[in-house]
Order: sequence, then C-alpha cells, then structure tokens
Amino acid sequence: MTINTLKLTPEEQSILDGEKGEVLAKAMKSIVLYGEAFGAKKLVEIVGNQHFVTSFGANTIKPYFEMMDELLAAGLKPKEPFTVDPRPMEYDAVNVDPLQKLVNKLVFGKQADYEKQLKELGIKSDRGYTCACYLDEVGNTPKKGAMLAWSESSAVVFANSVLGARTNRNSAGIDVLCAILGKAPCFGFLTDEGRKADWKIELKTSKLPNAQLLGSAIGLKVMEEVPYITGLDQYLGKELTDEAQFYLKDMGAATASNGAVGLYHVENLTPEAKESGDKLLKKDFQTYVIDDAELQRVFDSYPVLWKDLNAVPKRIFIGCPHLSREQLHQWIERISLALSERGLARCKVQVVLSTAPDIAVLFREDRVRVDHLKAMNVTVTSICPLMYMNNPLCSKEPIATNSNKLRTYSTARFFMDDDIIEIMCTGSVPQGGK
Amino acid sequence: MAATFTGRPILAGNCQGEALVSHGGLNTLASYQKAVILHSKKAVCSDQNNPDLYKQNMTDKIICLPQTIGSTTGGLVMMTICSQGSQPKALLFSDHIDSLAAAGVILSDIWLEKRIIVIDQLGDEFLEAVKTGQKVSIFEDGKVTVG
Repeated sequence: MTINTLKLTPEEQSILDGEKGEVLAKAMKSIVLYGEAFGAKKLVEIVGNQHFVTSFGANTIKPYFEMMDELLAAGLKPKEPFTVDPRPMEYDAVNVDPLQKLVNKLVFGKQADYEKQLKELGIKSDRGYTCACYLDEVGNTPKKGAMLAWSESSAVVFANSVLGARTNRNSAGIDVLCAILGKAPCFGFLTDEGRKADWKIELKTSKLPNAQLLGSAIGLKVMEEVPYITGLDQYLGKELTDEAQFYLKDMGAATASNGAVGLYHVENLTPEAKESGDKLLKKDFQTYVIDDAELQRVFDSYPVLWKDLNAVPKRIFIGCPHLSREQLHQWIERISLALSERGLARCKVQVVLSTAPDIAVLFREDRVRVDHLKAMNVTVTSICPLMYMNNPLCSKEPIATNSNKLRTYSTARFFMDDDIIEIMCTGSVPQGGK
Repeated sequence: MAATFTGRPILAGNCQGEALVSHGGLNTLASYQKAVILHSKKAVCSDQNNPDLYKQNMTDKIICLPQTIGSTTGGLVMMTICSQGSQPKALLFSDHIDSLAAAGVILSDIWLEKRIIVIDQLGDEFLEAVKTGQKVSIFEDGKVTVG
C-alpha cells in the first residue's frame, strides 16, 4: 500500500508487510489507512486499560464477530485488560413479557458467544460491562495526558474533557485493533492543536441548566467541534468535585450523542481550561450564547415519537449513561421523598435505575434496601437502556427518560427531572414533555 | 449544465447514481438502526432528527453529507450494512471525513473486501449545489459531477 503521510518505525513497517502474520498485517493496515485519512504523521503507544463500545451480541453484526474470530484464531489480544459497554438485558432486574423475551433472543442471540470472545480477548472481569468505566468503583480511570484509543462516545468525551486523557472518538472495531497493536494514529485529540476550541459557549441562564438539555444544545450547535464553555463555573464551582464531575458526565454524553463532541473545556474547571484558560480558543472561534429562551427552543424542537402522546408510560429509564453511586443514592432518596410527600408507597410506573455492575452489586448486597426498592416499584440494573429499546416490541412501548442520549437513539420520550418524578407519582405525563 | 467539484478520494472508484442529500450530520446509528436490527436489504433512514433523510431509502444512493455524527458504534453499523448488502454506492463529504465514517468504510474495505466509494473535502458549495434525486458521477481522481 502507498503511505503518504504516516512515518512508520521499522517494526511497524514489518507488521504492515506481514512479517508477523496476515491478520496482524490487516490490523496494521486498518489503523494506518485510518490515520492517513486524518494526516497522522506517526503512530503513538497507547497505555493502560482500553474501553470498547461493543458489548452486545446482536445477530446482525456478524462481520464484527468474524473479525474477532480471525483475531483470536491468530492468538492476538490486547496487552492490558479492558472494559466494554453495558449488557443488553438483565431479566432479574428488568422483566419483559415472553414475546419480548423471544424477540430479545432473536436480536441478541449471539450474546453468550460474544461474551466468550470478550473473555478470551481479556475483558477486565465479568463486571466490566459499563459505559461509565471511569467511575471509581469500576476503576478504568486514565490519568491526565494518557494516550488511549477508546470508543463509546460518552466515555471518550469524559476521558478527554474531565480527566484530561487523550483519545479520539474511535469507532467499534478500530478500538480493538488499536488495543491489540498497542498503538493509535496520532491525530485530532491526541495532539495539542486538535484540543483547541472552535466555539466559545457563553452560558447566560438564570440558574444551573439541566445537564442533559445543555449538552444537547451544545452538541446540536457545534457538532464535532470543540466548545469552550464559559459561565458554567458560577454554578459548578472551580473544583472538580464529585457533583461537578457527574454533572459533566451527563452533559458530555448529550453533547456526544446529539452532536459528535469528543472534547469540551469548561472555563476555570476542567484540567486544560484551568491550565491555559481562553488561550485554548482558536483565533477564529465562533460564539454561541445559551440563555433560558435558547434552552426552551432546543427542548421544543425535539420530536415526540409516542403514538399516543397521553399514554401511560410503561417504564421510566434513568441512567444513560450509567449512574454513579452518588447519583443512584440521590435518585432513590428523591423518589422516596416524593412518594412520602404524596402519601404513596409505590411508583405508578416502574422506575429503572441503571448503573455499573460494580455499583449495582453493592446495592444488591443490602437485602433491606433491595426489598425497599421493590416495594417502591424501583429496580436497579446494569443494562444499556438503548439496547432494551432495540427490541422492536419494546420500542413500541411508551418509555419515559431523562436521558437525551436515549431520546436521540430511540422512541423514548425526554422529560426534565421534575416531570419524571411527577410521572412516577401520578402515572400520567405532564403537558409539555418531549 | 453539470457542475464539477473535486475532493480527496479516501476509497477511490468510478460510479454513477442518484444523490441523497443530508444538510446536517448523518447520525449513522440512528439512521441505520432499524435496517440493521431488521436485517433489511433496503435501508430506510430511521433518524427522527434528520428531516432530509428520515424515511428515505439510503441503499445504493450516493449520500452527500457534511460528516457523520453520533455513537461510536457508527463504524460497526457501516460494516454491518455492507455485509447485508444495503450500503450506499458512495459517500461524498463536503467537509473532512470524521473518525467514525472513516473507520466504517476502511474496516469494510479491508476485512469484508466491500468498498463504498468515499470522497471528502468537496466543499460547502458542493452541498449547496447538489439536490436529492439528481444524477451524480464520481471519478477515481476525486472529481464529482452533478446534474
């Protein structure tokens, strides 16, 4: 193959030339062509545990499983253990009817086989299935400046923005090949220049905005470019407290799914913005002002895909991306309080709280709490709500969520947190939900 | 009269076909989700947020777009639609190709030996000029004629 920009070391060239086997040569050719498309000049070593987006054994993604088979048959695997996105289903926690279960088996019929492949490839553990792998309880938390080749858009944007690590928004497939080679092409967010901001976002709201709505507004405006956000530190403070990090986790996931943001900076708060301030802004940056009216405009623009706008929701999904331990506690307390204030014992709609397996297991160890949640019609799970919605029968159900990512990729209807609480307690949707 | 534009061939080739234009980013997962789940030979766009493409047949079309957006499963989705034979003939990007689309087309080319012709950096004027339904011709050197 002709290489135009990328300078390989002799060892990398020998891999490309097939001296270490045909399959490894194909892996190298893939990432070299990928790097060439972005003008990469070299490959860089990646470090630590990687994170892969593909966690689901969907029957339809046969070419991916075949690629995995080729890699495993050639004895190729990443040097370090890795984590992956959440599993598609967990029937103990989220029960579905027999027909939905049957369709799930048809849609995700390769789950057991794929989990076997992941084990052989070196997944961190049986609990390594979460989109929020960077949470303390999970422990795949890269250090500032660490070079990575992650996928999963919400994890990529968190690693880059909040942790200051460096990864491009890699696709499924490329992530595994980079991990096996231990290298990634050096372009985009791996370079200093690629981390400069194209947009200045001026936040001029009357209060701290809903993280998921703010992220959506930013994503829809800047798409794949880098925003530098001012005005958010007045609400979140100037230190990356747990509370600030969890807000940024949800905001970032919405920027990444409603647009394609892989990195943002928050003035006075995120690591690189604290170091370099507005020097991160490119000379020709554009400005986007977000006030209360703009957020309302964005909210009003969301299409509603429920057939019956006044349907009683079947379920409420909270935790896309996965909730942190603290967020899980906060939601349980908030639900308990709302029920108690209304003299209710039980939510009128099942509430599904999704969190990392390492966190869910801590909750399940406490039988009293599990019984309490069950009595309230609340369940804690580690599934990916989006995978639940991928079942064509489930996608016809009226599902409510506070996740803008889930709204974007499914028929789930987006509500603000206060409205979500109202739906739990009344079983009906308030006017104006999206 | 035909208008000619020149871009950078990422995966070169010659072909002719009908344009399908997305003025906003094409969300690969959201657009192909239904087709992939249902294993459809004809991929009808399921992205509710894309008024240009929603409910349009994307198979065998020459999709003209700024970039792709959305989940990092995008490349895998692209690979899957190639393997089930419901891929577009070509992708013509007005901007620089993005990392998800690049991964999808490169993995399909190398691991499945199925090529979607890809040209990027055709410029904003290309996306302003080309209309859905128009005839588009693509040449190996990155030239594209519209109309």
